[in-house]
Amino acid sequence: MSNLHADTVAFVRDTMLPQKEPPASTVGLLGWGKKNLFTGPFNTIVTILCTAFIAYVLWMLIPWFFSPTWNATSLGECREMLTAAGKVGEHGTSGACWGVIRERWIQLLFGFYPAELYWRPILAFVLLAPALAPVLFSDKVPGKLLIFSAIYPFLFPWLLWGGTIWSPICAALGFVILYAVVKYGSEAIGQLGAIIAAVVAALVWWLFLSGYVQDGLAAVIPLAIEPVASRDFGGMMLSITIGVVAIACSLPLGIVLALGRQSDLLIVKSLCVGFIEFIRGVPLITLLFVASTLLNIFLPPGTNFDIILRVIIMATLFSAAYMAEVIRGGLAALPKGQYEGADSLGLDYWQAQRLIIMPQALKISIPGIVSTFIGLFKDTTLVSVIGLLDPLGLSNSIRADQAWNGIVWELYMFIAALFFLFCFGMSRYSMYLERKLQTGHR
Amino acid sequence: MSDLATDREIDRSKMQVSDEVAIEINKMNKWYGTFHVLRDIDLTVYRGERIVIAGPSGSGKSTLIRCINRLEEHQEGQIIVDGTELTSDLKNIDKIRSEVGMCFQHFNLFPHLTILENCTLAPIWVRKVPKKEAEATAMHFLEKVKIPDQANKYPGQLSGGQQQRVAIARSLCMKPRIMLFDEPTSALDPEMIKEVLDTMIELAEEGMTMLCVTHEMGFARQVANRVIFMDAGQIVEQNEPEEFFNNPKSERTKLFLSQILGH
Ligand SMILES: Nc1ncnc2c1ncn2[C@@H]1O[C@H](COP(=O)(O)OP(=O)(O)OP(=O)(O)O)[C@@H](O)[C@H]1O
Ligand SMILES: [Mg+2]
Repeated sequence: MSNLHADTVAFVRDTMLPQKEPPASTVGLLGWGKKNLFTGPFNTIVTILCTAFIAYVLWMLIPWFFSPTWNATSLGECREMLTAAGKVGEHGTSGACWGVIRERWIQLLFGFYPAELYWRPILAFVLLAPALAPVLFSDKVPGKLLIFSAIYPFLFPWLLWGGTIWSPICAALGFVILYAVVKYGSEAIGQLGAIIAAVVAALVWWLFLSGYVQDGLAAVIPLAIEPVASRDFGGMMLSITIGVVAIACSLPLGIVLALGRQSDLLIVKSLCVGFIEFIRGVPLITLLFVASTLLNIFLPPGTNFDIILRVIIMATLFSAAYMAEVIRGGLAALPKGQYEGADSLGLDYWQAQRLIIMPQALKISIPGIVSTFIGLFKDTTLVSVIGLLDPLGLSNSIRADQAWNGIVWELYMFIAALFFLFCFGMSRYSMYLERKLQTGHR
Repeated sequence: MSDLATDREIDRSKMQVSDEVAIEINKMNKWYGTFHVLRDIDLTVYRGERIVIAGPSGSGKSTLIRCINRLEEHQEGQIIVDGTELTSDLKNIDKIRSEVGMCFQHFNLFPHLTILENCTLAPIWVRKVPKKEAEATAMHFLEKVKIPDQANKYPGQLSGGQQQRVAIARSLCMKPRIMLFDEPTSALDPEMIKEVLDTMIELAEEGMTMLCVTHEMGFARQVANRVIFMDAGQIVEQNEPEEFFNNPKSERTKLFLSQILGH
């Protein structure tokens, strides 16, 4: 600029500059490394130290990891194999003992579920994919699959627990009743009245009537598959069952709680705040103990309230409270103008919530929601404390076995890998969803 | 600020004020907590009127027009829109809201929906219009505001002026009989102000009943048939634009005009 001024202030370019290649040191692998790893002395030192550390860890781990013990049938045999392979360190043999995984992986997946019925949980989890697809990938999957998504919640427990086909059908009938009363009752007694009446009718059906109807139908048309008791459930299958159901239930419950917390109705608001604060203030493990022991005291004697169902309810309530707070954050982030825009067009409260507010609030809260899901899924391992045989509970009993007494790392690594697979999947999906829902530039 | 909203001749053939009452406000009072924001407002708007509401910041202009479609609740007096009185009855409120369109300073478009979906949402869910028909109507109004080619974009991809025109189209899709504008151009750059004002002028030329809070005095001069000046929550002066600008009566009005017109 300065010499420009020296010549003259006016300036006209007579030849346009052609496009040039960027300097070689800024492109390609070299350029990338220079920009990301070796900018300045500090960054260079950090890069070198980290690389050295990672190399050291791998150096220690890889020989341990690749060890020829796949076919061992006990820890002792593992040690013999390792000695034979010459893998002996200062503290005895060093190397993983993978025999335990080969022998017990099926148990870690299915617990004590009858082996000849493994196809049922497998089928149930495989069908989870088409049931979730229209929900998770709404733009790539035909909407008709949603019908299957609606049936699936009834199919899933039936496949897992077995028994007469009439019990899921009767359970579904309750929702049909709910819907019918709301639909046809709204005109007669108003929307709120109809909703209350519908809930009452459905509860009466589920709690008192459906049992008889179910037994009656089962006596006339005995369509049933072999029942499996809850105590036979275990392993990853148990974790996924609790996790999936609790995740699916806690999101809607969390939304309702978040809306209730913002409500103008004082009673509704205080109930929601009280619930959220109570649940958040109590460790999950105490809730699980309540589920496993205390509930029996409150329930009428002789009622058979499935332990897995109880745990699912507690896990759902627990994560719903966190979910409500996450969603409340999303709601608070929405500008007031969105409510006004919806109001000014004449949308009523529920329409505004469903069409305008929730889609945006949920989108903002996706990272928090998925974190809550992941937390919930990992928390399912706590059920081992109340005697359910999730993978961790099973690992304890495996280690109590004579043959595998002393095994630690291999089992936990295997379980960790299984959990990581699911949690990482969820986390990736949430990133995909955030990208997909990105509208506008910013 | 240019003195005129548009250079062209305004077609006044359909701009007729009938003697049918569109909005009637009687002795309306509103408080925010203990703060008396609107005081004894009396106002009758006839069908086909184009009213501009002006006044210093904080005088209650926004509050007044937001009371007309119940975005704010008044505590005393009466507001009757299209023969329906605004009470706490939700049915009445929803009915009035679907007859009264509103445009905001910050557009308040729904960022997660496309332009077309923004325009069809309320007709489909409130008026229960079939989707195809709602889309046809939406395209008609988007053409009118001159952005049919943006129909499948998202609001975040449009300029401010375009967004405000979409907001106007979105309101029009509900076939409102009255339109309220709350400073529709004050968040816009000068060159975008003109395109929004053009749209509003066209709307006026079709005989729409309009209430506009705006600082565009050119628009008031050329389009309005009545200018209302508010201060401290009261209507201080109202008159035809010619008289209002050339011959203001109240001292407050004179002060305001000298500040806003800069002479
Ligand atoms: N929600 C609210 N709660 C309490 N006070 C409010 C609220 N909204 C507005 N006010 C007050 O009421 C008065 C009138 O506000 P209003 O927004 O109607 O003014 P305005 O004339 O539109 O001003 P502007 O030209 O700045 O938009 C202001 O003093 C404002 O501080
Ligand atoms: Mg205002």
